[in-house]
Amino acid sequence: MVEFALPANSKISSGKTHKAPEGATNIKRFQVYRYDPDDGENPSVDTFEVDMDTCGPMVLDALIKIKNEMDSSLTFRRSCREGVCGSCAMNVDGTNTLSCIKAIDDIDGDAKIYPLPHMAVVKDLVPDLKQAYSQYASIEPWLKSVNEPPADKERLQSPEERAKLDGLWECVLCFCCSTSCPSYWWNGDRYLGPAALLQAYRWIADSRDEDTGNRLDNLEDPFRLYRCHTIMNCTKTCPKHLNPARAIAEVKKLIVEHR
Amino acid sequence: MSFRAEIGRVFGLAFSKSSVAHWWVQRLTAVALVPMVLWFVASIAQLAGANIELVREWMSNPVTTVLLILLIVMVFHHAQLGLQVVIEDYVHTEWVKTASITAVKIMATILGLSSLIAVLKIALSG
Repeated sequence: MVEFALPANSKISSGKTHKAPEGATNIKRFQVYRYDPDDGENPSVDTFEVDMDTCGPMVLDALIKIKNEMDSSLTFRRSCREGVCGSCAMNVDGTNTLSCIKAIDDIDGDAKIYPLPHMAVVKDLVPDLKQAYSQYASIEPWLKSVNEPPADKERLQSPEERAKLDGLWECVLCFCCSTSCPSYWWNGDRYLGPAALLQAYRWIADSRDEDTGNRLDNLEDPFRLYRCHTIMNCTKTCPKHLNPARAIAEVKKLIVEHR
Repeated sequence: MSFRAEIGRVFGLAFSKSSVAHWWVQRLTAVALVPMVLWFVASIAQLAGANIELVREWMSNPVTTVLLILLIVMVFHHAQLGLQVVIEDYVHTEWVKTASITAVKIMATILGLSSLIAVLKIALSG
């Protein structure tokens, strides 16, 4: 049936407070979600007082500073620190975003930092993304063609054909969108979610791909595609300013034509 | 414990391939119902306080009869489609889900059919 209460292990307590060093004048408080699967405790929210005079401008800079100087056990994913790898996706100030391109100055009051919503947490800010990756794999994100590629050159596209991929290829698969979607929260085991569906449309829209019919067939399912109820959280939260809701709408339109 | 690969779980029961009609008809009826409901509300407002003879006269007009029948069919079909989506969203116990969707379909059929017979009875009695 419908579950109204949260599971017991999702009740969050307040954790430790790490004071700023002596003499720090420009202090920002970071409230960071902590969960350690090994200690058997419920999650907690630790408070870190960070000296902003010696900290970089982005939320990720603060997290790295905390890990270096205040608590080395803080666990999070990061790699490129410039918004192209998608690793540091988390919930900052109530919105899913990439912490490396989220400016600390844009946050009023204490900065609240949580993992991506409604995913199993591996540790601290690291969510378990294996289901999301498998859903991505299930849309077969590679070029499929019945024609042999030209022997002496690449498969060509006109500038107009290439322009159809703008707003799609930029997706870095951070899953900020999928984990912001209530429909994905309730039915994430069967609904593909906006990230995988935007990627599906990326191949459907590609003029070089020749498997459009099968791709549409593989999406036509009340759960895989039609759990999208145009809530638009995906588009609102996307840190790359893409529009997964539009991509999903295009897929729905194509399926009406295709049927 | 399960050793099933994640990708196998993701494919699960896919792909059912009968969902586009549900989605499309829900949209078509939604758009059609906007003017229909406006017409219905305006007509009923105009008939407020009228006696039964006047209502019977209005309903026996062939255009009114056809519009009312269309309205009833679309309202109950649209309601059934929409409630099915809500149930699929929130009810995750398989037998409760199937039972609820079936109950909604039966109720929509009974209520729709009753409304149709009522309209025809009044329209054809004059």
